[in-house]
Amino acid sequence: MTDPTTPSAGRAGAAEEAVVLERPRSSGQLFVAFTALALQGFGGVLAVAQHGLCEQRRWLSKQDFLEILSIGQLLPGPNICNVALMVGYRFFGLAGALCALAGLMTVPLVIVLTLATLYGHASSIPEVSRALRGMAVVSGGLIAGTALRLMAGLRTNPMGAPLCAGLGLATFVAVGLMRWPLVWTLLGVGALAMALAAWRIGRAGGEAPAGRAAPPPGGRP
Amino acid sequence: MSAALSIADWLALFGQFMVLSMLSIGGAIVLVPDMQRLMVEHYGLLSVDQFNASIAIAQASPGPNVLFVAVLGYQAAGPVGAAATLLGIMLPSSVLALAVSRWGAGREPGRLARAFKAGLAPVTIALLICSAWVLVAQTPGWRAMLLAAGAALLMWRTRIHLLWLIAAGAFAGILGWV
Repeated sequence: MTDPTTPSAGRAGAAEEAVVLERPRSSGQLFVAFTALALQGFGGVLAVAQHGLCEQRRWLSKQDFLEILSIGQLLPGPNICNVALMVGYRFFGLAGALCALAGLMTVPLVIVLTLATLYGHASSIPEVSRALRGMAVVSGGLIAGTALRLMAGLRTNPMGAPLCAGLGLATFVAVGLMRWPLVWTLLGVGALAMALAAWRIGRAGGEAPAGRAAPPPGGRP
Repeated sequence: MSAALSIADWLALFGQFMVLSMLSIGGAIVLVPDMQRLMVEHYGLLSVDQFNASIAIAQASPGPNVLFVAVLGYQAAGPVGAAATLLGIMLPSSVLALAVSRWGAGREPGRLARAFKAGLAPVTIALLICSAWVLVAQTPGWRAMLLAAGAALLMWRTRIHLLWLIAAGAFAGILGWV
C-alpha cells in the first residue's frame, strides 16, 4: 500500500497496475482518438472513453480518469464533454481541449443530423424502438461495468474502504432510490465526503507538500 | 409545425439554452423537461412526437448524448436551429470547464484539493451506478436486469469489444427478449 498522503498517489496507483503511461503526440492525435471513441459510443461515450483512454491508449491511469470525471460531474455540462476538454487541456492546453471536444462532437453531429433528415419518424417503427430499448439496457450495464473498473482507483484512497463504501451507498440511496436532485446530494454527501477526506489526510500527518518536486497528476508539463 | 421565429426569438431561445447550460449538473439529459417546456409549449417549435423522436434518433446514433439538443434545434429550423441550441447548451459549461482546467494546471495539489479528489471519488463511482440504474430501470422486468448485469460483468472482467455488447442488446430488443 502506498502512503496515501504523497501528492503523487495517482502515479503510484498507476505503477501498482504495472502500467506505463503514454502521451498523445499532438492535438491532431487527440482529435482522431476522441472521434474514434465517440463513434463507438452508442448510448453514451463514458464507458468507451474509460476503456479507450486508460486501457487501450494508456494516456491516463484509473485514478487520473476518476479525478477528471469527478470534476466533470461536479461542473455543469455534459460529463463526457467536460472530460474531453480537461483531458485535452492536460496534454496540449487550450488547443488540445478544443481538438478533443471537436473530435468528440463533429463526426457524430453530422451522423445524427443525417439520421434526423432521413429517418425523422423511424422511431415509430416497432423494431427500431425495441432495438433502442435493448441498447439502452446494455448501455446501463456498461456504465455499471465502468464503475466496477474504476473501483480499483479507490485502493489508494486515504479514506479507506469502509468510509468509501458508506459514502457510495449514501449517494446511491439519495440519487438512485430517493431521486433527490444531484445538486443537493453533491452539497450534502459531497461536502461530508470532502470533510472526511480532509480529516483522514490530516490525521495521517499530511503535511503540505509544497516543497515536493513531484508533478501533480493534473499538471501540465 | 415549425413556426417562423424572428431573429429576436432565436436569440432569446439561444439565451435560454445558455442559462440551461449552467444548470445542467449531471448532464444535459436532466434538462429534458425544461427543454420540452420551452420548445413544445412556449415557442411551439416542435410537436411532442417530434420532440420524443429527436431524443430517440440521438440515442440510436453514436456520440455524446448531448447531441439530442442539436436534433431538437434541427427539427425546428434546420442548421441554424441546430447551431442555436447546441452552441447555447455547450458554450457556458465548456468555458467553465476550461477555466477550471486552467486554474488547476501546474498547481501543486494542496490539502483542500486532495480532500476534494479523495472525497468525491466514491461519490463519482456511486453516481455512475445511479446512471446505470436509471437507464436499466426504464425497462421493467428481470430479463433487463439480467442483460445489464451480464454486460457489466463482461465489461469488468473481459476484454470483449463494447460494440459487440451493444449489438447484442439491440438484437435482444428486436427479438423481444427485453
